[in-house]
This record gives sequence, C-alpha cells and structure tokens, in this order.
Amino acid sequence: MNKVPNNRAWWLVLPVFILVAFSALIPLMTVVNYSVQDIFGPGNAYYVGTEWFREVLADERLRESLLRQFLFSGAVLAIQIPLGIGVALMMPKSGIKASLCLILLAVPLLIPWNVVGTIWQIFGRGDIGLFGWGLNALGVDYNYTGNTVDAWLTVLLMDVWHWTPLVALLCYSGLRAIPEAFYQAAEIDRASKWAVFRYIQLPRLKSVLVIAVLLRFMDSFMIYTEPFVLTGGGPGSSTTFLSQTLTTMAIGQFDIGRAAAFSLIYFLIVLLVSWLFFTAITHLDKEK
Amino acid sequence: MAEIHLKSLAHSYSDTPAGPDDYAIRHLDHVWEKGGAYALLGPSGCGKSTMLNIISGLLQPSEGDVLFDGKRVNELSPRDRNIAQVFQFPVIYDSMTVFQNLAFPLKNTGVPSSQIKAKVHEIAGILEIEEELHKKAKNLTADQKQKVSMGRGLVRGDVSAILFDEPLTVIDPQLKWKLRRKLKQIHEQFDITMVYVTHDQLEASTFADKIAVMYGGQIVQFGTPTELFEQPNHTFVGYFIGSPGMNLIEVQRCPRGVCFGSTVVPMDARQVETLQRLQSNNLKIGIRPEFIQASDIAADDTFEAEVMDVEDLGTYKIMTVKLDFETLKVRLTEDQHFEVGSHVQLSFPEKWLKLYVDEFLVEEKDQ
Repeated sequence: MNKVPNNRAWWLVLPVFILVAFSALIPLMTVVNYSVQDIFGPGNAYYVGTEWFREVLADERLRESLLRQFLFSGAVLAIQIPLGIGVALMMPKSGIKASLCLILLAVPLLIPWNVVGTIWQIFGRGDIGLFGWGLNALGVDYNYTGNTVDAWLTVLLMDVWHWTPLVALLCYSGLRAIPEAFYQAAEIDRASKWAVFRYIQLPRLKSVLVIAVLLRFMDSFMIYTEPFVLTGGGPGSSTTFLSQTLTTMAIGQFDIGRAAAFSLIYFLIVLLVSWLFFTAITHLDKEK
Repeated sequence: MAEIHLKSLAHSYSDTPAGPDDYAIRHLDHVWEKGGAYALLGPSGCGKSTMLNIISGLLQPSEGDVLFDGKRVNELSPRDRNIAQVFQFPVIYDSMTVFQNLAFPLKNTGVPSSQIKAKVHEIAGILEIEEELHKKAKNLTADQKQKVSMGRGLVRGDVSAILFDEPLTVIDPQLKWKLRRKLKQIHEQFDITMVYVTHDQLEASTFADKIAVMYGGQIVQFGTPTELFEQPNHTFVGYFIGSPGMNLIEVQRCPRGVCFGSTVVPMDARQVETLQRLQSNNLKIGIRPEFIQASDIAADDTFEAEVMDVEDLGTYKIMTVKLDFETLKVRLTEDQHFEVGSHVQLSFPEKWLKLYVDEFLVEEKDQ
C-alpha cells in the first residue's frame, strides 16, 4: 500500500486539543497569569515576577495550613487503608449477605459532600446529636466546636465514615479476583492465616491499593466542603485545611495574585507526591 | 506415608442431589496402598479431581469415609492430614523468590532454616531449577513455574501422600517425558505414596505400577497396564485404553452363542448357559484390534468383511472393515496387504473375545 503524506490529518487532533485547552490549559494558564501580576483593577495590573511565590512560601498561616493538611492526609491514609483492607477481608464472599454488605458500604459514597458535613454537624452536637449527646451522657467531655482535639477527631471520623467504603470496595474487588487455586495451594502448604494474607492476598491487592492510596491522598489533600460545613475551620484555625485557606484568600480577601501563586504550589505538591509514590511502587516491582 | 482407604465414598456438588446424575462420585471403595505409585485415569469430568480433593481434604465428601492408615480423617483439614497436592495449573507465590516458594511449606511448620536450605537445594537439584533459586518466581516460564509448584509438594519428606492433578498439562512434550521420569525416580528414592491424575493413558502407564480407571464417578478397574489391556473389566476400559480402543459390538442372544445382523458368533456351552441365566439384554462383545486375525483364506470360524480403509501408521497399519453393518478396526503388520473394497476373512480368537453384560465383563470364573 502506498502511504500518502497528508498533513491535513492533523486537523483530526483539533477536537481533543480544544477539549484539553478548555478543561486544563486555559484555566491553568489563567492562574499562572494571575500569579505573576499584582492586579488592582481592570487595566491596572503590574508584573511582579516571582514575588508572590516568595511571599507565599514565607507566609506563616499557609505553612501551618500545609502542615495541618499533611497531618490530615497522613492520618486518613493510616486509618482508611488498613481499615478498608480489614473490612474487605471480613466481608462474605458470595450470596445475599455479600450483596447486602456491598449496598451498605456504598451508601456513604452516594451522599453529597456537604450533606455529609451537615449530618455530622448535627450528629456530633451535644444537645440534639446522638453521637455528641451519647458521649456526653457517658461522661466524656466532648465538644467539637470548642475543643481542638475533638474537632480534629470528628473531622477524621467523618472522613473515615465517608471514604473507607471506597477503599474496602476496591480491596473487595481485588480479593475476589484471586483464583481459588491459590487458597487451596496455601492450605495444602499449611500456611497460617497471616501467611495467606501476607504472601497471597496482600501482593495481589497491590495494584488496587496503589489506586486506593492515590485516590485517598489526592481527595483528602483537597478536602474542603465537609470540614467547612462541620467546623467552619475552627475552633480558631485548627481544622482549616489548605483549600479553605486558599478560598478565603482568593474570594474572601480578593488577594488573587497570592492565591494564584499558592494554587500552583498546591497543585505541584499533589502532583509531586503522587508521582513519587507511583514511581517508587512501580520501581520496586521491577527489581530482580 | 499412609495407606489411603476410601470407604463407600460418594460426593455431590448439589446440596439436594435428586438422582445418580447429581453425583460426581458414586459409591466408591478403594485402597491406595502405602508407598505405591498410582495413576488415576479417566476422561474429563469423571470425578478424578473431585476424588483427589476429597483425599487431600479440600473437599468434604457427602457420604462415606476417608481413612488414613485406618484412621478416619473426614473432619481433618489438609493441614492436619499432612498431604501434598500439585495442581493442573502452576500456583506460585509471585512476591517470593523460587527459593522462598520452595521453602514456604517447610517454613509454615517451623522446620529449622539449615534443614530448609538443605532440602530446598536437594529438590531444586532434582528438578534442575538450581540456577533459578534466587529469581523472582513470577518471572519464570510456565514450565519452570510448574516445576516450582511440584517442588513445593516434594520438599515435604514426611507427607502422607503426594497427589498430582494432571501436573504436566502446561508442559511441552519433551520436558513432560523428562519430568515424568523424575517423578518416578523421586518415588523410588523416597518411597512416598503418589497418586497421579491424568487423562493420558501413556502418561499413566509410564508413571504408575497400577492404574485406576475412573468412569462416571466410579473406579471401573484397578490393575497393571497389561491387565487393563488384556482383560478390560468394563467396556469403557476397553474403549479408553489402547489406540484405537476395543471393538465393541452390541449383540443378541442366539441358540449357539450371540449374534448381530445375520452374523452368529458361537460361544462355548458354558458361556451360552451363563447367558441364559442373566436377565439383562444389554449384551456386548469386545475384541481388541490387535487380536483380530485377518487373512485371505476362508475357514469354518472366519467371518467375511469388506475392507473400507487402510491407514499406514509407519510401524503398523490400521484397517477399517465392515462386518454386517458393524465397523471394526483391525491392526495389521506392515507386510499384510489388503485392497480397499476387497473382502477379507476375520477370525476372533476365543481367548481375546470378551463378553460384556451391562457393560461389565463376564469373568471366566463365572462361566
């Protein structure tokens, strides 16, 4: 067959190019544009170079917020990943019970985020909320609006309730994909339950766990709605995470240049951490 | 090592078996003696794997007992029965090296590491995978993986028995032969009871001293390869063993013997008497292609048949003939010649002509 060079074929790429441009490139470049200017009003903007970036990196409030954010994401992963695996391991393998478990697990995932925040806001109240009232009745001094530790725990608990099912569902699908022969061989080889988990289930869950960790890291690192509805970032700024700080800066104070510079750094952090994690895992895989 | 006794065993995968068709194993009694090398031969779906899984304890039989050295082990798990089993498709632990894979069954029972090392190297040497010991098991080829799978069964020197469930299916023919020899050597060296499931008669007869032929959830014959060939107990054994299998012809009772179409096959007086005694009308005669004698010369005891086809297989020929609407196979030597379309005289030596009633052989002692 004769191949005819036809550069007009490049036009076929155009729809994709337009789509990507509108969904990613243009918004991103707008942010880049804001981050290097000081804008006082329409037609009244000055080029400031990297000054916003330098200022943002030195900003104490943002640093605290970033630290808080890492702490939160770390806690989320440390709790939800093992818990999700555990739940998946305990779930029935088949039958009506399995379907029932799957439906129950999926329920929190179907609830809109600010509804989740509202549910927990009421649930945790000492006067009318079952959780808050129950704790107080048991003699525990619990008040998520006044106590920093209580507020943190409530936000964490809410996130665990909301998102552990996702990890569990992913792991459950991974577990179901392990052929029965492996369990039979392990039984013949007289492997303990722990050995079965360590050498059969865990290695075969690896790929779904990579996805689970990435999803949970990115989502928790960008968390906004739920804590905003639940605690409003308080008490003080103890549960003010990065997104909320950023929103306050951009919309509350209309400090667009600084907010844009910080958005870019925020974006790069998510990208960098995800990339590092993914590369490390795939690299480990290739050994030997 | 143990003697394995299966006592009136039956198994159904259905919780509420309605009839005999729901059973994968039907009323089976069998003894696998201590230290023997056995093959379990049968077509796909005859219950071979079910039986193996019942022996190893992966499956609980619906009825009957499994006895190891006379002790009932029905309720014991595979771990407590101390049995090794190699599956049809290689099962390896991907995250481990070959060494760790082989060491796994020993490590699980707390064997000291110096002993593990020695045993693993010994088995790796026998299976010729010493070079691979420190590779990750998941990077091996399919047949190396199967060697590792087998190795895990073989490292445990103290097992009651090793069960092989068509272990060489994924292995190419050359290596198959070599591995089978290896298994045989291992058997001779360690004297472990081995049961080897296969649907390949050649594999069965090269591996085992005695072969159990399974059909429809039952063991229809248990014997040496020669016994299975010369004295098939059941029409299925006749058909399944040998290539081509036994010629089987449905027949009726006749005054002097049995007949089909207009052909009368005479039987001696005692056999005729036996025939009269039995109620069943499901009668068959069988003779192996190797034992039919073909010639050009007609005699009193010969039958005339038409040659349909002659197939030259190199060292011998298979002739297909038509005798009174029945198709028969006859094995010829290289120097026998018959033209297609011509007529040939066949004789059935009495010694090799078997009578089957309800698919089972009418034994000589009965006659």
